[in-house]
Amino acid sequence: MIRFVGLRLLMAVPTLVLVTLAVFVMMRLVPSDPASVMLGEQVTGEMVARVRQSMGLDQPLPRQYLLWIGDLLQGDLGRSISNNQPVLPTILDRFRISAPIVIVAVTLAALIAVPLGLLTAWRQGSACDVSTVATSTLLPSLPSFWLGLMILLVFGLKLGWFPVLGMVGAIGGGWAVLSAIAMPVLTLLLIEIGAILQMTRPSAVEVLRQDYITHARAKGLSEAVVLRRHAFPDAFAPTWTLIDLILGALLGGIAVVETVFTIPGLGRLPVQAIFERDYPVVQGCILLIALT
Amino acid sequence: MSAIFRGSGRIGLAGWIGGALAFAVIAVAAFGPWLAPYDPMALDLRARLSAPYLDHLLGTGEFGRDILSRLIFGARVSIFVALSTVAVALVIGVGFGVLTGFVRAWTDRIIGIFNDALLAFPGLLLALGVMAVAGASAGAMVLALGLAFASAVLRVTRSAVLSQRAREFVEASRVMGNSEALTMWRHVLPNALAPLIVLATSMFGWVILAESALSFLGLGVPPPAPSWGNMLAAARPYIQDAPWLIVLPGLCIQATLLGVNLLGDALRDLLDPRMRT
Repeated sequence: MIRFVGLRLLMAVPTLVLVTLAVFVMMRLVPSDPASVMLGEQVTGEMVARVRQSMGLDQPLPRQYLLWIGDLLQGDLGRSISNNQPVLPTILDRFRISAPIVIVAVTLAALIAVPLGLLTAWRQGSACDVSTVATSTLLPSLPSFWLGLMILLVFGLKLGWFPVLGMVGAIGGGWAVLSAIAMPVLTLLLIEIGAILQMTRPSAVEVLRQDYITHARAKGLSEAVVLRRHAFPDAFAPTWTLIDLILGALLGGIAVVETVFTIPGLGRLPVQAIFERDYPVVQGCILLIALT
Repeated sequence: MSAIFRGSGRIGLAGWIGGALAFAVIAVAAFGPWLAPYDPMALDLRARLSAPYLDHLLGTGEFGRDILSRLIFGARVSIFVALSTVAVALVIGVGFGVLTGFVRAWTDRIIGIFNDALLAFPGLLLALGVMAVAGASAGAMVLALGLAFASAVLRVTRSAVLSQRAREFVEASRVMGNSEALTMWRHVLPNALAPLIVLATSMFGWVILAESALSFLGLGVPPPAPSWGNMLAAARPYIQDAPWLIVLPGLCIQATLLGVNLLGDALRDLLDPRMRT
């Protein structure tokens, strides 16, 4: 067992090396030089050379890579070019903003979609099943940013239930925070419900056909007990991996939702950084998300 | 070809609706220049943000550009990007998939490691990275998304090849003295076609979604060229005064995605009964 785990971990090393190498090469391929970006337009070549030296950009490439990996292993991702803040704490700050939205949305989506999947599989072909299947086909074809804009339009502007400016006004805590994240959570929730339902319903249909379900029924157990005790755990099992995947994808894909609701979260960080040509931040974000 | 079309043999109503929707969007994209009432880039500053009326059936944008024409040309961008991306992904994915599935040994290992590294990158982030390097353009996006989706094609091709290569007819082709390449092309690949067609259809939908998302973020097709994603981004400040600017491009994206998804599901049922739900 230990040998197996060790081997698997060893197999991950080349992948990790490749990922870091890819990120490194990508950033070195960028046409403009971070040193001249940092200094702006009106500088002498001498100043650029000095900054390049202080950033270690005058070293040969393989040495630069090793230095970067060395810093990386010590948890140092460098400093942002635009505001000179260390990258790792910046990322963690942003994560603290995005995490509640993602976690609340995925948890709620699982709480709704998993029982619903089981229920619709149990009463296959009923009106409830048909409408659920139709919805779960429609939802994934909704682009999340458009759904977000529509929710913003209806609940934020027309009905005025939630603050339009997102997290900007949510300093108070408690209710203020809740109402600030309500619209982004709703957006993600709807998207995720569609995705999870597409997974749970077929797997529940499969489980309900198994012999042990028939056996449980033959024992005279009530339908409720059969569903809760016997069908639910098995139908739910494959969903765990999916929820895992969704959490990962959300941290990458939440960028659009955060842009819609102007939330300064983790998803928007790399996008902003690309616009500002803030390469250490881009590098750090891509690396972190690629590794998780 | 009969091997491809085993299965239930029926497409069903949802499949027809999906096919019709997808076909309509492709037709609009193909005949766009003849359908559009105005030049999608033409400015008309006197008619800024006008609501839909007879002159401009779907209203005008923030610089007085005709929205209907921009939507039609946006379809061209989306379809062009989606088709080229799927082509890039198929060429790369099938090429390396066949190589790893057939040659095995070290090649398989090494490509596997590369593929794992590729899979570790979320598609959107890979695209972000490529955009950072190459700048935002349709070409860079095709390359980025094509690479991102190639790994899925590679996996499907590899597993299809692995399941076919031990079959008797493949063995027979070799015994007859055919080269490996010919055997591959004539006998193995045609049998891997069904899952690839299904994958290509759903990829088409993912790419349209990814393209509009990237353009929305300002990292895809650069304005003023019209794309559904960047039209949404441009309309954001006017959400209160001109909501149709937000509603319409979204409806276009959704209709296209719905069509492609329904068609994809129907094709999956038709071509591969085992994957049916």
